[in-house]
Amino acid sequence: MSDKRFPLDWEYAPAPESAAIGRIAERYRMFVGGKFVDGRGDDLKTVNPATEEPLATVSTADAADVDAAVGVARKAYDKVWSSMPGAERGKYLFRIARGIAERARELAVVETLDNGKPIKESRDVDVPTASSHFFYHAGWADKLRHAGLGPDPRPLGVVGQVIPWNFPLLMAAWKIAPALAAGNTVVIKPAETTPLSILVLAEIIADADLPPGVVNILPGAGEVGRTLVGHPGIDKVAFTGSTEVGRQIQSTLAGTGRRLTLELGGKAANIVFDDAPIDQAVEGIVNGIFFNQGHVCCAGSRLLVQESVAEEVIGKLQQRISTLRIGDPMDKNTDVGAINSAEQLGRIRELTDAGDDEGAQRWTSPCPVPDRGFFFPPTVFSGVSQSMRIAREEIFGPVLSVLTFRTPDEAIAKANNTPYGLSAGVWTEKGSRILGMASALRAGVVWANTFNRFDPTAAFGGYKESGFGREGGISGLAAYLQEED
Amino acid sequence: MTTALPQPGGAGGVTGPAAAAPAPASVAGAEFADVVADESSLRRFLHGLPGVDPVGVEQRAAGLSTRSIKKDSKKQAIDLAIAMVDLTTLEGADTAGKVRSLAAKARRPDPERPDTPTVAAVCVYPDMVATAAERLAGTGIGIASVATAFPSGRSSLEVKLADTRMAIDSGATEVDMVIDRGAFLEGRYGKVFDEIVAIREVCTAGGVRLKVIMETGELATYDNVRRASWMGLLAGADFIKTSTGKVAPAATLPVTVVMLQAVHDWHQRTGELRAVKPAGGIRTAKDALKYLVAVREVAGPQWLDPYLFRFGASSLLNDLVLQRRTQQDGHYSGPAYVTVD
Amino acid sequence: MADRVTVAKTYKLFVGGAFPRSESGRTYQVTSPSGAFLANAALGSRKDGRDAVSAARKGFGGWAGATAYNRGQVIYRIAEMLDGRAAQFEALLVEADGLSARAARASVAASVDRLVHYAGWTDKLTAVLGSSNPVAGPFFSFTSPEPTGVVVAVAPQQDSLLGLVSVIAPVITSGNAVVVIASTERPLAAVTLAEVLATSDLPGGVVNILTGDPAEIMPHLAAHGDVNALDLTGVGPELRTELERAAAGTVKRVYAPAAFDPTKEPGLGRLRAFLEFKTVWHPTGAVSLAGGGGY
Repeated sequence: MSDKRFPLDWEYAPAPESAAIGRIAERYRMFVGGKFVDGRGDDLKTVNPATEEPLATVSTADAADVDAAVGVARKAYDKVWSSMPGAERGKYLFRIARGIAERARELAVVETLDNGKPIKESRDVDVPTASSHFFYHAGWADKLRHAGLGPDPRPLGVVGQVIPWNFPLLMAAWKIAPALAAGNTVVIKPAETTPLSILVLAEIIADADLPPGVVNILPGAGEVGRTLVGHPGIDKVAFTGSTEVGRQIQSTLAGTGRRLTLELGGKAANIVFDDAPIDQAVEGIVNGIFFNQGHVCCAGSRLLVQESVAEEVIGKLQQRISTLRIGDPMDKNTDVGAINSAEQLGRIRELTDAGDDEGAQRWTSPCPVPDRGFFFPPTVFSGVSQSMRIAREEIFGPVLSVLTFRTPDEAIAKANNTPYGLSAGVWTEKGSRILGMASALRAGVVWANTFNRFDPTAAFGGYKESGFGREGGISGLAAYLQEED
Repeated sequence: MTTALPQPGGAGGVTGPAAAAPAPASVAGAEFADVVADESSLRRFLHGLPGVDPVGVEQRAAGLSTRSIKKDSKKQAIDLAIAMVDLTTLEGADTAGKVRSLAAKARRPDPERPDTPTVAAVCVYPDMVATAAERLAGTGIGIASVATAFPSGRSSLEVKLADTRMAIDSGATEVDMVIDRGAFLEGRYGKVFDEIVAIREVCTAGGVRLKVIMETGELATYDNVRRASWMGLLAGADFIKTSTGKVAPAATLPVTVVMLQAVHDWHQRTGELRAVKPAGGIRTAKDALKYLVAVREVAGPQWLDPYLFRFGASSLLNDLVLQRRTQQDGHYSGPAYVTVD
Repeated sequence: MADRVTVAKTYKLFVGGAFPRSESGRTYQVTSPSGAFLANAALGSRKDGRDAVSAARKGFGGWAGATAYNRGQVIYRIAEMLDGRAAQFEALLVEADGLSARAARASVAASVDRLVHYAGWTDKLTAVLGSSNPVAGPFFSFTSPEPTGVVVAVAPQQDSLLGLVSVIAPVITSGNAVVVIASTERPLAAVTLAEVLATSDLPGGVVNILTGDPAEIMPHLAAHGDVNALDLTGVGPELRTELERAAAGTVKRVYAPAAFDPTKEPGLGRLRAFLEFKTVWHPTGAVSLAGGGGY
């Protein structure tokens, strides 16, 4: 019943952001003592995961560089930063917040080129939230005595931080801003595959005239991180990444008395009751698992749907997923971008194959996938049971496992039946059930009738093997300050 | 309450294959016979519809707004949007002269560019229908008329029926009725339903399509918008329409998303294609394109058709024409190049 | 008339509200600082530790779910019961720990006061440590502290009563359940405190007291998959490293202060160490299409 005067269906033409805005340099260097310097490690090549083409060469650190950077950070801590009035520290952080906002478009492009995430996400989420994190913590710097940690809470010293590749700039902001606000100095290692945006942040930090040595950035592979977190000159370690590496770090620090916070993996349950606002729940499920290609520790990777609406929800979900556009991350119309690395793509394939082998039913979005670059189409497994690997292990990709439940008690039991406890979602229009579920779920963040919301004022972090310590809010700040026993 | 569901469809204003094709035989009769059997069943059904979370639907709409349409697609989309316009004048000060110039504009939205599509319909008060019909005879452009004591709807059913008949007798090809919002807000769904059915019967007899205006600004909540939309669909509305244009807020993208979801779900359950018309407040081509993105992604690509989606608007057409020129010429045009009627 | 022969007691464990013997059947002799035999205490085993963790897990749900007001009343009741038996504890501290009468009096009084202090914390923690978060969007977001779960603690080897009370009280104040290993050489205050706890309306399993050697029991509990946190206050440096390493296997929270002076007024650190912070989000949004509901 189409009007033939008009094409039945018009397509979205590509609306690519210009790569030139990113001003990607040929080579990037470490940032130590306020200067960009060559490291003694082997250079690494970072690639654009959407094209598999090299983006830039990056100098990396070796153990001696780690040692030197920790020394520089100690000096900056002792001589300048720990004794600077909070109001002055705060002004530097405000400058950095503004600097990020001013170079937002460039940072978004760099992030998308290096990470593979859709430009609309780096533009609308990663970069603005990174800026707001500095802005929020800047205001804390001269108000620490009001944080409920005593009349004069002291910083911890030199902080060693290791961050993952899924939100390279945002994780840098989550780590650096509270550490600096509290008066600590920082040595931070970005992920091997995504070192660029934090090195642009280094330029912003340098332009802000932050005293040399307060923030030091050491690109490199896992070995650099291991050296850093085990370095005796570090007073506190903050790590975001896999639970496996988190365990190793906790073990390394055993008995040292050094402080540690860990933000690790997750296997969040997104629970949909039969009285949910179904259309918004479908949006929330989509956002929960396909945001950032599912490279999100708090991703809603387990959909728990009440049996009485399971068919309807899955049907609507498949329709909605079919409208997602996969492809060039630089295209403003792209919803699902590239998987960050060949290695990660391999892991996703392995786990989804396991889903097939274990008897779950795979549904794959019909949307076309580029033939070049690391891509994986949005995938939904139904008929999943708690015992399957795809229901237990963190896939860290655009793969949703659908389980069903009959009663709220069953939903709670299944949701909590995991060693992880980072996040959870609840969809119901019944207020008392929302509050009851929120209380019963053993997870650090519970999103009710929404999903994947982040804000510097709201604490984020896990229960159980999803780690300990919080980021954001007062409890996030507390992770960087001494507290009376 | 009526027990037999009316059959939607029938000849409409838009010509072409779409208009000629009748809506499929209603399976809604079987599927929803119990629902409309009596008022309490209807209430149970409407209150059993899933709720709408305002923040969620508004964020969904905002997300749709960030879709970027470029080049050829944009040209096509602008032409499609022009063909979807119900060019409207609904003023107390309307005159025959005003309506005649509106009809001229409808026939040739951009006189210097004869390839510009014509609009879907003009929309006028019942007493102006004859004037419009005279000027649009043989063009295929529809003549929509508001009826049923528009815009408030505060009159007796007899008056509303007479108003509707008058519009049809004068040559209207589409009727835009208003629901009784007072009765709806009182929870007297049966009354609202029966009134739609009664008007629907007159329209069916006259071979015209029925648009049911919910006046969402007065319904006040998205949950009510969803309930009213389903009630309209159950009662046989060919179109569910947001607003009269006389109440703020008029059409918004989130409200339209809720309606598009309703026709989508209706189609899933019955196989029938019903139409949506946002009206009021859509003034720019940029806004119109956002609505088209929503049509495509929420209802589905087959709704990208003037038979199934309309814009109720007065000033939108000029901006569409202006942007059409910009697309064709490769430089910005100016208001002096677009006719003012 | 000859002195009456004293009744030598054999103390047992306190697990799940009951007083079982060690499943191993082992006991050890407790002596005074001067070397005089005082009593036999149960020499807790790995399996006793496991049973205590099960009991704590069972006790946790109800205790965490109790109202803060109720938890406060129960802890206050413990203080009352301890105060009522002050003379007994004072005598015990003089005889078993070698304290002067004056020091013993002060220690019991401080223990009572410590419990009273924490009894008053139960219904304030959420307000003091939680927050309503002014997020930049149409959402209501709040963060509340919640208990971590099952905490395994080693009480200080010194200050056998005040140290123990100062370890137990903050853990249970926020709704956790605890398995605590008493001072190995000075366990009598702990096993006597168990009698106080058993008569204080404290639900079974919320506090479980083991006697024995932490070096024997703790490695198993540090690696235990159903233990959420460790309090290593009474653990020496060598064992501490081993236990922290074992705890890493399940990413347990570990609280291990460099030094602990139970006579000092407590801050919030100990309370915070056994809390999780949960952030809940819900849309607020406009209550009407016209954006109504504003000021």
